[in-house]
Amino acid sequence: MSNGLKVLTNGILKENPTFVLVLGMCPTLATTTSAINGMSMGLATMFVLICSNVVISLLKNLIPDKVRIPAFIVVIATFVTLVQLLMQAYLPAIYDVLGLFIPLIVVNCIVLGRAEAFAAKNSVGLSALDGIGMGLGFTLALTLLGAVRELLGTGACFGFHLFPDNYGALVFVLAPGAFIALAYLMVIINKLQKKS
Amino acid sequence: MAKLESTFKNMVLSLVIISMVAAGALAGVYMLTLGNIEAQKKAKQEAAKQAVLAGHEDGIAVETAVDGFGGTFRVMVGFDQEGNILGYEILEHQETPGLGSHMEHWFKNADKPGQNIIGRKAGALQVSKDGGDVDAITAATITSRAFLKAVNQAYAEQFGVEAHTGASQLQPTEEAAEEEVVIIEETEVSHE
Amino acid sequence: MKQYIVAPAPHAHSGDSVRRNMLLVILALLPAYVVSVIEFGVGALITAAISVCACVLTEWCISRFLLKEQRQTIGDLSAVLTGLLLAFNLPSSLDWWIVLIGAVVAIGVGKMTFGGLGQNPFNPALVGRVFLLISFPAQMTTWPVPQGFNTSYLDAETGATPLYYLKHIAKTGDTSLVDQLPALKDAFLGVMGGSLGEVCALALIIGGLFLICCRVITWHIPVSIIATVALFAWIGTPAGMEAHQYVAYELLSGGLMLGAFFMATDYVTSPMSAWGKIIFGIGIGFIMMVIRTWGAYPEGMSFAILIMNACVPLLNKIRPQRFGEKKK
Repeated sequence: MSNGLKVLTNGILKENPTFVLVLGMCPTLATTTSAINGMSMGLATMFVLICSNVVISLLKNLIPDKVRIPAFIVVIATFVTLVQLLMQAYLPAIYDVLGLFIPLIVVNCIVLGRAEAFAAKNSVGLSALDGIGMGLGFTLALTLLGAVRELLGTGACFGFHLFPDNYGALVFVLAPGAFIALAYLMVIINKLQKKS
Repeated sequence: MAKLESTFKNMVLSLVIISMVAAGALAGVYMLTLGNIEAQKKAKQEAAKQAVLAGHEDGIAVETAVDGFGGTFRVMVGFDQEGNILGYEILEHQETPGLGSHMEHWFKNADKPGQNIIGRKAGALQVSKDGGDVDAITAATITSRAFLKAVNQAYAEQFGVEAHTGASQLQPTEEAAEEEVVIIEETEVSHE
Repeated sequence: MKQYIVAPAPHAHSGDSVRRNMLLVILALLPAYVVSVIEFGVGALITAAISVCACVLTEWCISRFLLKEQRQTIGDLSAVLTGLLLAFNLPSSLDWWIVLIGAVVAIGVGKMTFGGLGQNPFNPALVGRVFLLISFPAQMTTWPVPQGFNTSYLDAETGATPLYYLKHIAKTGDTSLVDQLPALKDAFLGVMGGSLGEVCALALIIGGLFLICCRVITWHIPVSIIATVALFAWIGTPAGMEAHQYVAYELLSGGLMLGAFFMATDYVTSPMSAWGKIIFGIGIGFIMMVIRTWGAYPEGMSFAILIMNACVPLLNKIRPQRFGEKKK
């Protein structure tokens, strides 16, 4: 079972989708204007990732090799649309913020990437664990990035004000700040990983 | 079980089956959530209406859209029978956070009469930079102009009086499902 | 044909050094700085002092504690120059902590992240300035009106810059605003609102000519920028204004002169060949006028220079010459 644990933690640290694999940059940069937004996007992606990993792992022998990519995309798109409908119906406040970006999960490289690189070759259980690990890694990264941007940009963290927002540097809420914050987070995390 | 060969029959079959199952699942969830989604939309509209009318039973809520700084934004404005502003809500916007986004509260700040539009008569509101008497949001004049244009536009649409700016370009189209809410199609508004 | 011979050491040293060049640029900036102290008073002194000190300190801290360099580079004066240029691009009444953030970003993000002097793709002072402009737009676009030397720092009277009126005239054709513009003489001498060091075109031109005479910079970039802007303004003169009047205002207002002579000509972030420099200058002039005419911000000099900075590696591919190769 240590194998399963390895698969699970792999996505969180060693192969973190955002900081190490640098996959799925579009939602990473676009949705992390606040910690809550980043976390919601991460959780939505995690849900899709787990479901698609499990289903693709189940179907891996039924899908002929030559049409595997269209088949994967159909599966992923289905789950994304499910998330969109469910969120719209039951979490309208979050949907207002993320609605625009939810359909982008379909083309998030991390989802198709894990389907192709992991789920299509491994058992259902391991694929589920990989989905959880990768999803958690993605969620943690997006939450961290969102928290940093929200704090520097508006002086708040998860909506709680730590200092007045006229001291916040607006650029971090806007697109250029996303790149700057991501770059420096990546530097710090690489530095920490090398040390350990 | 061995992996299926990539023969033509297999490929077609597997894709068709996967697509059909996916479509079925989607249809099911769509039916399931449809009622809830509609209810959410209605509740949102209703809440905005209650907010802009500020408890006035005979008020009129008008929804309108203009081009702001970052894109089109939709505003709902509440009027009393004489055309005085009771309240407003921003339904949707993409203005710059920290600048233009201040309009959500800026124009109803009762402590700052220079920028408060509640209780004023709509139709010819203008920012002080253009010769009017409404103080614009600091460093967000374009957003402020667009916002006042939206309010004037809403007034013109409801009371039929030519608003001071841009109203002649209006093309009122469809009446919304709700009786008193008039939806104005997005009109071209220049930022002069 | 000249014959160059490679001889063994010892070689004669021309006396050229980073430190000498930086010192000359700082000297060339002094006339404009004197004018801004006269115009804006104590605010200009405080802003520049904070900016320069913070830049030098940031560079020292980063190379000492983060990079753990043995040899410190602050002696080459490049951080002092960055600090001074950053201050020149800020309103003199800016809060001190905003100046501080700008200086830390200029050196920390704009310069040291890429490896220090010579490695940075973008002009550090402009990185700091644009960071502040996007972050604190309200404070960064509140310009003090020149009112002679005064001791008030924060509560100086504020007003619109000529660029605001120019943009308004160009957009609406409202020629009544022409009267609001400062007289051309005032615009030339610097009696108008604007960033600390950009107001006095005369002093900046004197400084720029001094640098060209000392061979610190070449004429290519300033001339191509100014010519492009003049041509663009001449073609796009709004109805109701004389072409020569509009061209003159576009040339004299905003950060154009400061940018053309001092910011765009930064060695590290400008192309090496003559043709590369000319294309670089045309690009800056064109982008700046596009932003000034149609953009959301009244001024586009910093954005234009940063965008063209990004093109420098490409421009350096134009007719590169190998060092020491014989000319045909």
